Amino acid sequence: MLRLEKRPTPSKAWTIATPVLAVIATMVAGGILFAILGKDPVEAIKIIFWDPLFSEQFASYSRPQLLVKAGPLILIAIGLSFGFRAGIWNIGAEGQYIIGAITGAAVGLAFYPAGGWYIFPLMVVAGAFGGWLWAMIPAILRTRFNTNEILVSLLLVYVAEHIMSAMSFGLLRNPEGHGFPGSRNFRDYDVAANPELITGTGMHWGVVAAFIAVIFAYVVMTRHIMGYQIILAGQSPRAARFGGVNPNRLVVLCFAISGVLSGLAGLFEVTGPAGQITTDFNQGYGFTAIIVAFLGRLHPVGILLAGLLMALTYIGGDLAQLMLSLPKPAIQAFQGMLLFFLLAFDMLVNFRIRLAKSEAA
Amino acid sequence: MVSFKSILTGAVLALGLSTAAFAEEKLKVGFIYVGPTGDFGWTYQHDQGRQAIEKELGDAVETSFVESVPEGADAERVLTQMALSGTKLIYATSFGYMDAVQNVAAKFPDVRFEHATGYKQADNVATYSARFYQGRAVIGTIAGRMTKTNKIGYIASFPIPEVIRGINSAYIHAKKVNPDVEFKVVWVYTWFDPAKEADAATAMIEQGVDVIMQHTDSPAAMTIAEEKGIYAFGQASDMSKFGPHAQLTAIIDNWGPYYIERTKAVMDGTWASGNTWDGMKEGMVVLAPFSDALPDDVKAEAQALADSMAAGTYHPFTGPLNKQDGSAWLADGEVADDGTLAGMDFYVEGIEGDIPK
Repeated sequence: MLRLEKRPTPSKAWTIATPVLAVIATMVAGGILFAILGKDPVEAIKIIFWDPLFSEQFASYSRPQLLVKAGPLILIAIGLSFGFRAGIWNIGAEGQYIIGAITGAAVGLAFYPAGGWYIFPLMVVAGAFGGWLWAMIPAILRTRFNTNEILVSLLLVYVAEHIMSAMSFGLLRNPEGHGFPGSRNFRDYDVAANPELITGTGMHWGVVAAFIAVIFAYVVMTRHIMGYQIILAGQSPRAARFGGVNPNRLVVLCFAISGVLSGLAGLFEVTGPAGQITTDFNQGYGFTAIIVAFLGRLHPVGILLAGLLMALTYIGGDLAQLMLSLPKPAIQAFQGMLLFFLLAFDMLVNFRIRLAKSEAA
Repeated sequence: MVSFKSILTGAVLALGLSTAAFAEEKLKVGFIYVGPTGDFGWTYQHDQGRQAIEKELGDAVETSFVESVPEGADAERVLTQMALSGTKLIYATSFGYMDAVQNVAAKFPDVRFEHATGYKQADNVATYSARFYQGRAVIGTIAGRMTKTNKIGYIASFPIPEVIRGINSAYIHAKKVNPDVEFKVVWVYTWFDPAKEADAATAMIEQGVDVIMQHTDSPAAMTIAEEKGIYAFGQASDMSKFGPHAQLTAIIDNWGPYYIERTKAVMDGTWASGNTWDGMKEGMVVLAPFSDALPDDVKAEAQALADSMAAGTYHPFTGPLNKQDGSAWLADGEVADDGTLAGMDFYVEGIEGDIPK
């Protein structure tokens, strides 16, 4: 019989090995799935993982796209990781992302069609403010009235979606849009746009912000007293309180960080890749980022890699649909497998598998 | 295990050989869909059109599609990947792909794009749509005849000209045969969300509606209508299997002939950009068989109306018609021009409620 035995300390080797193992297991299980669907499994796996990065035909386009797709995921996930480490659950990053995009875009559109170098920076500030504001609602309700921040932050996503729809039809609607919903496209308004910084790299300000956030988070978590307090509060709330950590301050702080970063992600997305506020310009980045945060084990570098991996499965998944006529649900199942195996193999970090000896011996 | 592996290896080889042998001659045609191919409505019908191309042109073409692509940055990426993969003709089948199509088309001048329901063209971007309002005229007539409560429900997606045009056309013709008729319009702000569509249908029925029309893509409302024993009309596709008793008829989007014609044009080298707006005359808008629930005189009346539009002798927007606010729109016998129809942002006189702004 096999038996699980808890390790005294988490295994360092397995921490590194499990993600690799999970990816291999996903390839095998996914390959079987694709084979059952009558597709060539080797080809499918190659198209998803290899072609976006190295094929001559696609790589020059999809490599930069990887950054475009991963940027907002990483930026939001980094913000969430602070709270998640401290046991503070902001599930509503999607809402903060939407509101940040709206407030930032609104500031930009208010200046239309004026020029000026200061417009984009002002929009960035407004986007961060919008995300922060939306995050403060669940934070303050939690600290003042002890409401559940998971529920409140999640439900505020739906409120944000309605505001987004109202804005697309009302205040921010493009007056020259032939009656169709949606704001002006920022690509046509240079001083407020967030274009590719170096052509052909996919680098835009949102990706730059994501990289800065990774470094900032790494420094805070390993070198700063705040990181220590966050980790302590997550592992032992009682000890943290005795250690002088104010739990309410921590809630507000963690929500503020994730709100600001989510708002920024929204602003960079709406002025860049998305281009305009529409009734459904949000793509669920705020929710996917939760997965990315956990895939990356709430560690800044891990999140960076997890964001890139997630982006790869999206881009490779589109490619597999196109090249092999794989149905979208199969691709989604494949992405689900990746998450499942990563979490399942996580067990090996904290447990070891022993062959149980018989009782008599 | 060994045998499994050898089968796979064989499959890899076979696939590699077959694609290598034919890759040069085939025209690659790509489709990008906003919903799943299994929505049994809008996207389903476009996919039927794709299959019609394959059936008609066989080995001369190779089609591919990517489904459930959100409008925005993702659409642009998928379109670019399609163009990079050697696809020479791309059908983008949702209004919201408009800007993405424009951006990608500018980068790939040798790829032809066909954009459904849009209004921006380019040298290599053509637009196309169907005169669905002709079908709405017929179902409006049938609804006006069949309602007992004189309340007709309309599940509307977005307040854009396309949808408003459909509401107006249905209302004008329902009113013509039944002056007491009243429309209950519910805006769901989605093209495809079975749960929301079903909620809207249920809410309408509670308000006394006994005939439902929809401008959304799923058969959810049809299912509810069947359950509650009232009538409804299929949208985009024949939905009779979801409402064998409920469906009176359906407005079917028949894209196949257009898709085949345009694909052939690319192969002949005669493809040119333009804007196509076809209707019953050209067979782009088709009606599903009338239900046996319809009395013979209603069937005959509906058929005659459809025939007159197919023959081009009748236009659903023929004056005298006033706008909702009472101001004059079309004089007696005057016919609406396509420009006004394409940008329609007002209700006709008699419809209650406001178009959401």
